[in-house]
Amino acid sequence: MAELTYLQAISDGLRTEMRRDKRVFVIGEDVGVYGGAFKVTLGFQEEFGHWRVMDAPLAETAIVGACTGAAIMGMRPVAEMQFADFISCAWDHLVTVAAKQRYRAGTPVPITVRLPSGGGFSGGPFHSQNPESSFAHIPGLKCVCPATPEDAKGLLISAIEDPNPVLYFEHKHLYRRIKGEVPEERYTVPLGKARTHREGDDVTVVTWGAMVYTADEAAQQLEPDGVSVEIIDLRTVMPWDKQAVLESVRKTSKALVLHEDTRTGGFGAEIAATIAEEAFEELDGPVKRIAAPDTPVPFSPPLEKAFIPQVDDVAAGLRELAEY
Amino acid sequence: MATTEAIDVVMPQMGVSVSEGTITKWLKQQGEQVEADEPLLEISTDKVDTEVPSPGSGVLSEILVQEGQTVDVGTKLAVIGGDGASAQPAQQEAPPEPATAEAAAEAEAPSSAESPAPTAPPAQEQQEQEPAQAAQAAQSNGKTFVSPVVAKIASEHGVDPSQVQGTGRGGRVTKKDILNFIESGAEAAPAAPPQPAPPAQPAAPPQPEPAAAPQAAAPAPPKPSPAPAPAAAQPGESFEPMSAMRKGIAEHMRRSLDTSAHVTSAIEVDMSKVSAIRAKLKKEYQQSYGVNPTYLIFVARAATETLREYPWINGEIRGDQIVTRSYVNLGFAVELQDGKGLIVPVVKNAETLNLLGMAKSVTDIAQRARDKKLLPDEVQGGTFTITNPGGYGTFHGTPVISQPQAAILGTYAVVKRPWVVQDDLGEDVIAIRPIMNLTLTYDHRLVDGALAGRFLRDIREKLESWDESAY
Repeated sequence: MAELTYLQAISDGLRTEMRRDKRVFVIGEDVGVYGGAFKVTLGFQEEFGHWRVMDAPLAETAIVGACTGAAIMGMRPVAEMQFADFISCAWDHLVTVAAKQRYRAGTPVPITVRLPSGGGFSGGPFHSQNPESSFAHIPGLKCVCPATPEDAKGLLISAIEDPNPVLYFEHKHLYRRIKGEVPEERYTVPLGKARTHREGDDVTVVTWGAMVYTADEAAQQLEPDGVSVEIIDLRTVMPWDKQAVLESVRKTSKALVLHEDTRTGGFGAEIAATIAEEAFEELDGPVKRIAAPDTPVPFSPPLEKAFIPQVDDVAAGLRELAEY
Repeated sequence: MATTEAIDVVMPQMGVSVSEGTITKWLKQQGEQVEADEPLLEISTDKVDTEVPSPGSGVLSEILVQEGQTVDVGTKLAVIGGDGASAQPAQQEAPPEPATAEAAAEAEAPSSAESPAPTAPPAQEQQEQEPAQAAQAAQSNGKTFVSPVVAKIASEHGVDPSQVQGTGRGGRVTKKDILNFIESGAEAAPAAPPQPAPPAQPAAPPQPEPAAAPQAAAPAPPKPSPAPAPAAAQPGESFEPMSAMRKGIAEHMRRSLDTSAHVTSAIEVDMSKVSAIRAKLKKEYQQSYGVNPTYLIFVARAATETLREYPWINGEIRGDQIVTRSYVNLGFAVELQDGKGLIVPVVKNAETLNLLGMAKSVTDIAQRARDKKLLPDEVQGGTFTITNPGGYGTFHGTPVISQPQAAILGTYAVVKRPWVVQDDLGEDVIAIRPIMNLTLTYDHRLVDGALAGRFLRDIREKLESWDESAY
């Protein structure tokens, strides 16, 4: 096993599938000659040629539209949005066409849309968002949010293999910061299966993406006080692993739902509601949410820090629940 | 306020310590027109049964709480007006009766109806009710909140969560606390059976004798055993639900006996002079004022006057302080017409009333008590109570003190008896005299027997030598 960064693991997964399956191709802005804005596809054009690593015009709707058509014709396209924020331009193709094609016409649309998302580096309101809840709300779409290099590779391969449109949210703040052992061979991580990032008895944190690490640091802060925190990394928010969450909550009886996306209507609300509905009699405290406030992502570093949930915020929330 | 705006009718706060009320009767039906201040419904609380006047005019568009249901103070009971129904703003803004001040306030701010906040009581009442409020606050802290999982574990193991030391916020019992409690050997008491025992085994004891559990872990702390389920009706028995008032009386009577050290002293009073004055005043009182100069009001007048010199009998134990007062708020125990309830309306500042004033006040509150028209203020704040069970000929009794007072005076039947008196020559002779027994039941924690005796003696002296010019 090699130690790879999160970003290298994504490249590795993509390369693995392109080598294995001739139907897989990549399309996006600057993904070819330039190797992608974040260099995920660096060297891909040399290896796979420009017909399988295609530079697209600056038109997300055209990229997703082309992928949808190609998928219906039997291909396995992987689109890259330069930033997840720009997927709003492709909303109609994704939501109206790709998400409903199977339902309307019976034809599968096996496309994967890679979405560099998240903040933490002063990207401002157009380059920092986490729009997963908007798409998790659309029946027919799947939403994947890996947190570790191993999951990044395994989940990307599952996404490409899946017969449905899959949105693959890769967190930019994890790209080069997070490293981990990644198997060299091909493997898949199933969609809809959560991972226990950390075992504990007193409080459950349900989260995904970069917040897994924020939660982990907060949990470490509470360790000396004898508070034992369990962290459930959802890995995919649609489908999401309800069983794993409920099982953990039944054990700890206290739940904190954490996400980097804004609070109102965020996917955490769905999780909190499900816990209240299905584990009510197991609860020993209110279900707590920690999320970004309902504003655009600020550009200024101190403001962005205030916006994105920080370790101290989560530690305070955990403490509050532990003491409840 | 728009004329079509809906007015909410809410369960009024009938006194600081009252938290719920039962709807006994809707006096208007859904769809009927109702005018502001017109009686709309009757409610029953543990303090008072009363009519609730309508907070506004309009069509009673919706009844949300049916007769017989008990709901918390502030609960929305009905809606007046709304779509198509017209309300008259001028009448809504007229100052409402105190009984419905809160209801009216709610009606004027319909948006707040969903989150009724307890209204601050009037200043004097607040002062008097401070201990009660503190007790309420203590109950509403985290200690008594039982989370779903704790409730579940408690019921599974037959544990009373209030027996568990809580470590959560505000002393709340957490899941860990109750699990530790169970683990530490507080072995589960058998959960009460959901159904009463089948009649085939009526002799089965509802709970095991301590000796029947020899396997119990050594020093198991005393565990609360679940209250035995009420027995099912036996042949010839029938059930009727306890009214809120009955429950209130039951609780108060038990609590009073648990609180005060009840002692009763009795004295015999020759009512000849009072009787003569009554006969003289009767016609005037009835013709000019529509009231009767009853024996009771003479006793009330004499007692009030005597209480001035016995502040402890008009007092109260509050914590480790003795409260005395410069006024007398005289409570009168009144039987309600259906014979199924009792209420103690209070004549405030009785020391300011002469005999006629006392007669008018007593007649007024007794009548309104029977008509269920008392205001919540009028059943609170008593400092001394008179009960009059003598109407049916009883000559002695041992009434229960109305908490937190120190004493209660009982008046009994006036009966003609052979009585030893002295004639003009100073010789003992037997005369026929109207004699009334008075009892003082007092809290011996505060009032000693000698004090009570002197108090009764002074009342007797006032009654036997009634000074018309003074009273």
